[in-house]
Amino acid sequence: MSQWLERHIPKMVLAPSFAAVLVFVYGFIIWTAWVSLTRSRLLPKYEIEGLIQYERLFNAPRWDTAMSNLFVFGTLFILISMVLGLMLAILLDQKIRTEGVLRTIYLYPMALSLIVTGTAWKWIMNPGLGIEAMVRGWGFESFTFDWVINPDKAIYAVVIAGVWQASGFVMALFLAGLRGVDGEIIKAAQVDGIPAWRIYTAIIIPSMAPIFLSAFIVLAHLAIKSFDLVIALTGGGPGYATDLPATYMYTMAFSRGDIGQAASSAMVMMAVVFAIIVPYLYSELRAKHD
Amino acid sequence: MKRTAFAAASAVALACAAPVWAGPQAEVLHWWTSGGEAKSAAVLQQEFADNGGTWTDMPVAGGGGDAAMTALRARVLSGNAPTAVQLKGPAIQEWYEEGVLADISAVAEAEGWADVLPGSIAEHMKCEGKWCAAPVNVHRVDWIWANAAVLEASGIEMPTTWEEFNAAADKLLAAGVTPLAHGGQAWQDATVFEAVALGILGPEDFRKAFVDLDMETLKSGKMVAVFDQMRKMRGYVDANFPGRDWNLATAMVMNGEAAFQIMGDWAKGEFLAAGKEPGKDFLCASVPGDGFLYNVDSFAMFEVDGEDKQAGQDLLAKLIVGPKFQEVFNLNKGSIPARVDVKLDAFDSCAHLSAKDMGESAENGSLLPSYAHGMALRGAQAGAITDVVTAHFNSDMSSDEAVQMLADAVANSM
Repeated sequence: MSQWLERHIPKMVLAPSFAAVLVFVYGFIIWTAWVSLTRSRLLPKYEIEGLIQYERLFNAPRWDTAMSNLFVFGTLFILISMVLGLMLAILLDQKIRTEGVLRTIYLYPMALSLIVTGTAWKWIMNPGLGIEAMVRGWGFESFTFDWVINPDKAIYAVVIAGVWQASGFVMALFLAGLRGVDGEIIKAAQVDGIPAWRIYTAIIIPSMAPIFLSAFIVLAHLAIKSFDLVIALTGGGPGYATDLPATYMYTMAFSRGDIGQAASSAMVMMAVVFAIIVPYLYSELRAKHD
Repeated sequence: MKRTAFAAASAVALACAAPVWAGPQAEVLHWWTSGGEAKSAAVLQQEFADNGGTWTDMPVAGGGGDAAMTALRARVLSGNAPTAVQLKGPAIQEWYEEGVLADISAVAEAEGWADVLPGSIAEHMKCEGKWCAAPVNVHRVDWIWANAAVLEASGIEMPTTWEEFNAAADKLLAAGVTPLAHGGQAWQDATVFEAVALGILGPEDFRKAFVDLDMETLKSGKMVAVFDQMRKMRGYVDANFPGRDWNLATAMVMNGEAAFQIMGDWAKGEFLAAGKEPGKDFLCASVPGDGFLYNVDSFAMFEVDGEDKQAGQDLLAKLIVGPKFQEVFNLNKGSIPARVDVKLDAFDSCAHLSAKDMGESAENGSLLPSYAHGMALRGAQAGAITDVVTAHFNSDMSSDEAVQMLADAVANSM
């Protein structure tokens, strides 16, 4: 009996959450996929009509904008956050005295909600209130920083706010990684007279590959599901210049009563996530089998 | 022991099975939660209670009604719809098609709604010929508000044609005043767009384009002219307009930073709240061109079970269209009563103008629904048009391109 329990208790404990995930994640993915094939408007309908919603989606210029924004935002956000985070981590790793204080300062933005970040940066970057007004007030009359209200640049303004929020967190990840590198190897390299930058590029950074991967996965999903930052910072504007797939889906489902269209955009978003996650899972699983 | 438990259980069951008549009941879903609107909703609540009813308030704030619609969807899907819901325009018919609206023709006929409501507004309240909603007010959308002192300083009269408007705006620009106070949010872009469209297309083509979605009209040369004027308007707003709320734009007119604003008559509430006087501190006029664009708030009645709830529904419908509520509510909200027989003595001069124009335009057929405020089209179509309008306004897209995009977007939204 006790042996039986020992063998089955883990399964019994996991069963409820497994069942919940099955219904509320995978069940609703299937439900969304089904609805995306219908002509649902205000309320979901279940008669399948084919791929009409996907045709409409790919014909909509607003969806094109949303996808290219996701690409621009995602690439820059991930890249800049990683580079800045790594640099901050390396600089903090120089055994400086006030490390504890500095680490907390850089990590603090992560404690704020994206709504707060978005609202604060909206004011900071507003040409009439923020940086532009301040620098002009100092006498530099021709200074212009109007990204947040310029339809061609607004998405970069979103990147700035996103990077400010996330790079401290990435720094913490990398800092943990740096501390995990075997000190003996570094000392050996120092004894051999290898310059510090070579130690970083040839020894420390390559040995942190798993941290890069984790940071990438965390940042990528932050970028794809990014919604509140855009809503607070630009409201998707000017026009719909900073629309992202998530805000597009929200507008269709909740403002316009076009549930079928919202479901199809959600499915495409999921495909994007899969395109990133599946290679990751694949490499993880393969590594285990080796 | 067992027997007492059984008796108690059956007593409870009986009590549940035979509901006690508790007077008219109404559960009302609305999003009138801010200042003047909340006050207006309280008026209705009080009157309902005075007539022996029990009011269950269900205010859902946020997103200009989006949050309330989400709550409504959940309630309807779970088979427990509220008695009455603040709905407007074609959304009423959209919900009717889902088969969840009630028929209140009995009240409407007893109260003679058909005689006191303008025809085109009454049409919005009907679902396949039966009354299913009650109108609360009429907002006029195609208003142009102006700062009297600024106009006087530049020697400008209230414009009556778009040429005059452009000339006045150029003069103001030269004088260093922002001609048009505007907030760069999609719905505000659409509000200006439809005011311009009504003026340039005229009432008949406006109806064809934005009510019937006639492709010929949407692609016509006149529509190109509408976008040309929109490009001019873009030059008349200040650089810092994106994302600004409408009431901040109104404040710019109030304190003389800007001369004009094109906005519905809820803007009047801002002027009045700041202690400004119509005709003296600020001016109101319809935008250049004929016609009247209305935005009518209304309550749609949902199918409910139980005599007390149905009685509540009937009482509510009767009170909403009743002359007393129509007067008090609209004084609070800045709009005018939907019924035409309410005395307007207590209203200001802008409301008088609105009521007069509504009567005239109802007669010559130029009383038209506002597309930008969800009166003319369903959400998907209206949204598709707004996307094009705001994309054009916020870029350097040419008018021809915009017209082509408009036709494509409308076709794609079906």
